[in-house]
Amino acid sequence: MAIVFQKPKALTDAVFHYCPGCTHGIIHRLVAEVLDELQIEDKAVGIAPVGCAVMAYDYFTCDMIEAPHGRAPAVATGVKRALPDGVVFTYQGDGDLAAIGTAETVHAATRGENITVIFVNNAIYGMTGGQMAPTSLPGQITQTTPYGRDTSTAGYPVRVCEMLSTLSGTALAQRVAVDSVPHVKEAKKAIKKAFQNQIDKKGFSIVEILSSCPTNWGLSPVEALDWLRENMLPYYPLGVYKDIDGEAK
Amino acid sequence: MKGNEALAEAAIRAGCRHFFGYPITPQTEVSAYMAKRMPKIGGTFLQAESEVAAINMVLGAASTGKRVMTSSSSPGISLKSEGISYIAGSDLPCLIVNVMRGGPGLGGIQPSQADYWQATHASGHGDFFNLVFAPSTIQEMVNLTFTAFDLADKYRMPAMILADGMLGQMMEPVEFPEVQAHPIEKPWATTGHGGKRPHNIVNSLYLKPEDLEDLVRQRFARYEVVKENEVLVESQYTEDADIVVVAYGATARIVNSAVKSARAKGLKVGVIRPITLWPFPEKVIAQAADSCKAMLCVEMSMGQMVDDVRLAANGKVPVHFFGRTGGVIPTPAEVLAEIEKIAGGVQ
Repeated sequence: MAIVFQKPKALTDAVFHYCPGCTHGIIHRLVAEVLDELQIEDKAVGIAPVGCAVMAYDYFTCDMIEAPHGRAPAVATGVKRALPDGVVFTYQGDGDLAAIGTAETVHAATRGENITVIFVNNAIYGMTGGQMAPTSLPGQITQTTPYGRDTSTAGYPVRVCEMLSTLSGTALAQRVAVDSVPHVKEAKKAIKKAFQNQIDKKGFSIVEILSSCPTNWGLSPVEALDWLRENMLPYYPLGVYKDIDGEAK
Repeated sequence: MKGNEALAEAAIRAGCRHFFGYPITPQTEVSAYMAKRMPKIGGTFLQAESEVAAINMVLGAASTGKRVMTSSSSPGISLKSEGISYIAGSDLPCLIVNVMRGGPGLGGIQPSQADYWQATHASGHGDFFNLVFAPSTIQEMVNLTFTAFDLADKYRMPAMILADGMLGQMMEPVEFPEVQAHPIEKPWATTGHGGKRPHNIVNSLYLKPEDLEDLVRQRFARYEVVKENEVLVESQYTEDADIVVVAYGATARIVNSAVKSARAKGLKVGVIRPITLWPFPEKVIAQAADSCKAMLCVEMSMGQMVDDVRLAANGKVPVHFFGRTGGVIPTPAEVLAEIEKIAGGVQ
């Protein structure tokens, strides 16, 4: 019998701890498929964040390191400098990458650090129970913005790809989403390119993936994907913000 | 050679090929030396965006099993404390150099020993220790750098060289030892499994309290082995001493001069110089407390190591303290005056 669909080899048999409807599972799968397809799982070192994906080290079969909150790009830098021929990636959420780890993110990018960054943006702190993230939208209700994010006191959401696209060291900055099958396919292509760039020693590549958090958004999985489309896509337009291969729009 | 440069050269000879740092006085020459040398020998010198980033780069490079270090001075070490805790909690070896300056806050840039508590008891959150070495000469800066890398690897824990601005900036002749790097196997390293083994995980997260307790207990069992085997201490004139002065680092040099003057005046004074501050030479101090009549601890701080001396002496003799702080260096005459004051009471 022909096998038409199976678990990627780069995922362990551990059961994901993610909530029902959370899109981390899809994104883990895409990263694992790319590690398999590019045949780099055996020389990959992944850096897990602090946040919902903190236990990513149990899910990927490659060597893994659990970094302090926000420091994954610095840890990845240390690994990559020590193992220049290895494949090093970070997997980070919005609080990790765009709040507490902003300096590490920006400077890894501006150094052109030859690493791959998978950035999951779900506009909220999931692990700690739904507080405002640096990417929470204006007016978004969270535990710490119970009356909606008021930009006059809580400021504006950070557009990470736009910001990093201004830096000379960034090779690829692309925003994708995983709310629909075509978008998932696009996301995988971007992730694959971000890893291929590292193999080709092109420099810092980041893929921002708009993701849903039904639990902390207080929505059903289906409603959450609708909310993502209606609210996140307009604020965070999908697309290639920088590509040193010249495909930026 | 300048202390900071000698230390950097020793680190390279000990097999360190990765240096991550952030500029701060008075450790500056360590970074400058590494910036010059590392590119010539195929190593990494990276000036990070912050001390926080630098220590996490150390964490990453240490995870691959390579010898790696960072150096800083007091305020910078505070920033590194998050990373130091994670490195200890992940059982990673590395070298951290603190060329101490006056504090708290931005403090000053003159020599100090006011980070003793931080280095030995609280270099980050959680239950853990670092190996802490306190050189008092430039030659010892060199020798202890080799020891620090070797023992960090052996016990899978961070090692710290706790120097001060005086040692960092001072020049003395040094000899580099013949036997240099002692690399060991690191089967736990995250280097890519190469299809040859299950994946390695470097991690400090254990959500089940019993698991975390087990792991911390295992680590503390290892600390007991360190305490049993790795204490370094120098004693002089302690056999017949009525008064034993305890001091480390550059302060011990000042104390030595004062003790020589005291001996010349007929006072029976000895010196104990802890070379490892953790593990602390508590047995040697306890033994001295059995035979002497009083102790004096001298530090460039308001009195930090004196707590450990008092614990070791365990009330058997009075333990006096003399210190200058904020970057003020005590003089041999001041120390001698303290010794004479105590001698007056002892006799």
